[in-house]
Amino acid sequence: MADKPKVAFYWCASCGGCEEAVVDLEEQILKVVDAVDIVLWPVAMDFKRSEIEAMPDGSIAVAFINGGVRMSEQEEWVHMLRRKSQMVVAFGACAHLGGIPGLANLNNRQQVFDTVYQNVPSQDNQAHTVPGEHSRMDGHTLELPRFWDEVKALHQVIDVDYYLPGCAPPPALIWAAIEAILTGTLPPKGAVLSPNKACCDDCPRKDSKPDKIELTEIKRPSTHIADPELCFMAQGFICMGPATRSGCGNPCIEGNMPCRGCMGPMDDVFDQGAKFLSAFASILAPKTEAEIDKLLDQIPDPVGTFYRFSLPTSLLHRRRTGATV
Amino acid sequence: MATTTIPVTTAFEPRIVAFFCNWCTYTASDLAGTARLAYEPNAPVIRVMCSGRIDPQFVLKALQEGADGVLIGGCHPGDCHYQEGNYKTLRRFRLLKRILTQFGVDDARVRLEWISASEGDRVQHVINEMTDQLRTLGPWHARN
Repeated sequence: MADKPKVAFYWCASCGGCEEAVVDLEEQILKVVDAVDIVLWPVAMDFKRSEIEAMPDGSIAVAFINGGVRMSEQEEWVHMLRRKSQMVVAFGACAHLGGIPGLANLNNRQQVFDTVYQNVPSQDNQAHTVPGEHSRMDGHTLELPRFWDEVKALHQVIDVDYYLPGCAPPPALIWAAIEAILTGTLPPKGAVLSPNKACCDDCPRKDSKPDKIELTEIKRPSTHIADPELCFMAQGFICMGPATRSGCGNPCIEGNMPCRGCMGPMDDVFDQGAKFLSAFASILAPKTEAEIDKLLDQIPDPVGTFYRFSLPTSLLHRRRTGATV
Repeated sequence: MATTTIPVTTAFEPRIVAFFCNWCTYTASDLAGTARLAYEPNAPVIRVMCSGRIDPQFVLKALQEGADGVLIGGCHPGDCHYQEGNYKTLRRFRLLKRILTQFGVDDARVRLEWISASEGDRVQHVINEMTDQLRTLGPWHARN
């Protein structure tokens, strides 16, 4: 038992879907459990922080960390796991790119608190109580983690060895990564463990894409039902496929939903949203400013659409509020 | 002994990255030079073959790496050397502006101008005007 490599799973700002993806390995998870010794997995097993702290540095073979980094406690945990681990894998879109929690980077801490603890219609908080970092009660001081102004992807906080993309990472990619780790056949450090080509390349609808697309209307899945066989872009739906890495197995397309971009950009792309914007604007029909603006009005939230999973790792990272520091 | 003091200016001077298309706006800036039209030195020019070559990533990368503004210059609609390039520029620019607004980038920081090869005076006017506006706005990187 003692010589089996030690593996840790940890979660930061995430939804739990990445944990679900591990369980989705189904019976293959038994092979994982045979091959490794799981020393940390908060969602499934009871381990204490002090137990990990007591382990020698570098004693964990691999730490799989999911979720964006949003609070001081998460930052402390990932720094500790970095010290204790020989290899860190950013697991899933939030650790890889910032993910859905990263959309909060269009607001700062104060705006998030105002919305959540004050302004939402379901909130009745007449005493204006908000979580503080230090509270006195019965002579004791209670501490809560600090909530940062912005969400960060894992590599913006600690050194990351590999990235497993996706929301959540598909079981086939997880299994391929685990096999590569166990057999020592990993690509060079820093690689995203998924093929470096666009989703469109694997798309079952790719033959239906016409040579030239000129859109006069932009459709949304909430207002239009898509044809189940035609290229989404040709139909006027925003499909992130051209600016998104493949390897997901196209579950969204099979479910008649356009790609939302969770696998992130391909290598050498600095900014997934800008790259998609560039491709998408080129297939719009209008040529005058007034007509273009009228068509673009049909995209209610461009940043939320083009940077749905990648806002913290975009070139600008977050909204600037305008106050000079 | 008399000493000469060289005045050190601490006033903010904006840095503007100008992407000009080879066929129109770059030629116009060349004409401005030939005609000895003086204008602010705040906007070094990067020549591209067509304004349609300007990936929106270039604009964001410039802002990320320290520019206070980005100026894009291309041929007037209908005059593109490659027929359609500047229409793509216009569509990308209109969509990019919406994203920049959401990121909190002031409207005056990123600008698109159609300037033909004969409009050297327009290059002078636009660069002077944009430099002035950005002096008032202040540095982009000081924004929280």
